[in-house]
Amino acid sequence: MKFPYSFPLTRAFCLYLGQVAFLAWEMFCSIFAGRIRWRIVLHQIVEIGFGSQAVVIITGIFTGAVFTAQIFFQFNALNMSTAVGPVVSIALCRELGPVLTGLMVAGRVGAAMSAEIGTMKVTEQIDALRALAVNPIDYLVVPRAVAMMISMPLLVGECIFFALSASYFVATSMLGVNSVFFLHHMWRYTHGKDMVMALTKGFVFAIIVVIVGCQQGLGTKNGAVGVGRSTTDAVVISSLSILMINFFLTMALNMVFPAGGGRY
Amino acid sequence: MHRSSDNLIEVRDLRQKIGAQEILRGVTLDIPRGETLVLLGQSGGGKSVFLRHLIGLMRPVSGSIRIDGEEIAHLDERQLEPVRRKIGMLFQDGALFDSMTVYDNIAFPLRERGERNEKVIREKVAHSLELVCLQGQERKMPVNLSGGMRKRASLARAIISEPSCILYDEPTAGLDPIVSDTINRLIRRLQSQLHVTSIVVTHDMVSTNHIADRVALLREGKIHFSGSLAELHKTTDPVIRDFVEGRSREID
Repeated sequence: MKFPYSFPLTRAFCLYLGQVAFLAWEMFCSIFAGRIRWRIVLHQIVEIGFGSQAVVIITGIFTGAVFTAQIFFQFNALNMSTAVGPVVSIALCRELGPVLTGLMVAGRVGAAMSAEIGTMKVTEQIDALRALAVNPIDYLVVPRAVAMMISMPLLVGECIFFALSASYFVATSMLGVNSVFFLHHMWRYTHGKDMVMALTKGFVFAIIVVIVGCQQGLGTKNGAVGVGRSTTDAVVISSLSILMINFFLTMALNMVFPAGGGRY
Repeated sequence: MHRSSDNLIEVRDLRQKIGAQEILRGVTLDIPRGETLVLLGQSGGGKSVFLRHLIGLMRPVSGSIRIDGEEIAHLDERQLEPVRRKIGMLFQDGALFDSMTVYDNIAFPLRERGERNEKVIREKVAHSLELVCLQGQERKMPVNLSGGMRKRASLARAIISEPSCILYDEPTAGLDPIVSDTINRLIRRLQSQLHVTSIVVTHDMVSTNHIADRVALLREGKIHFSGSLAELHKTTDPVIRDFVEGRSREID
């Protein structure tokens, strides 16, 4: 069918998807073939995981706090202030925790990956790697991917923990919700499957951020201007991809881990 | 596998296009073992593009490239790795890894090939640095090196794994005459000490006169001339004379 390809944007989009799919395929082939440089993985875990903690913790604390306040203002009018705990908890586990962590990491780590690899590309360092018989995907992409796959679920868990802690503090100390009811209801309506959903989403978002960031970096052209463009595109594309894929992921994961039900 | 005894590199009818522009229009060239070939040509004439094909950094549109008897034109990245281990390359701006020290840059090929003994690595790095006269700079970051030092560090990285062939992309471009002379002497010294085959892409005639065993001139995407240095200087071909004497006919 020739028609859609006559549009330059359609063609560019198909080309981009092809490049992303090719990079993902090469990356997973390398991972499953065991071509993992663990020293670089550890270094990247420090860079990605440890370095992102402040951003993720602050995001978690203030999201948990403001979300709790808003839910309380609405629910208190209906005399349902003790429902604040489970609503905040489920929303954080199933959506806000993984999505906000994904977006923050996309902004911080995705941009850094794209800028670093892009600069290496325009200064011929990627060609130097290839000339030294080192595959750039094995050396640059795989360690970052493995580090992200390990770090992201942990960061999501950390974000949710701090968000819930902030929620508890705001609800009980500032808004006067009974702490026993808050914790009891939160525990009653939040399940392990909600947490599994959060970690699964974190894992998927890690792959999105790495693939998009590295693909943008490896495709960088035109010197410093190109590096700037790649970095911006990496953040925009990975953020939008996280938001869009999150919807489909929610629908799919909800079939496996259906929401609802409480412990009695 | 076909194996040629005399020629390390054999290129036949190599063609390359970048966008709509045909950069290489059927380059045919043999490079014998142990020889230093200088590839001359105007800026933007496709010399670096040709060089990049020899190590598989670019794939030709058509044509054949044999390295040590092995056809590499259609190999994929992983299949190219054994071929690349036989070849070292000096990039125009050095292409040192800017996140590593000079020592780690030079040790990089050894570590990537599985060398774990730090004593062996240290000795080999020291030997490479000595060959390029860059002792005492191991702990510096590439950003703190001058242009000439960066090229020498890059050369040390290229030779540490003892390749049978070294490709030089504009080794003296942007350097002052003294540093250029140092680099030229270094290329000569590496050839006499390591007996490597060298292909040097340049438009620097001083450099050419210093290092070349044989000279080829790339013009309009084809090899216009190939012969010894003496033949180059004897020829009456006006195109070659203009190039050798640095004369332009475009503006009079």
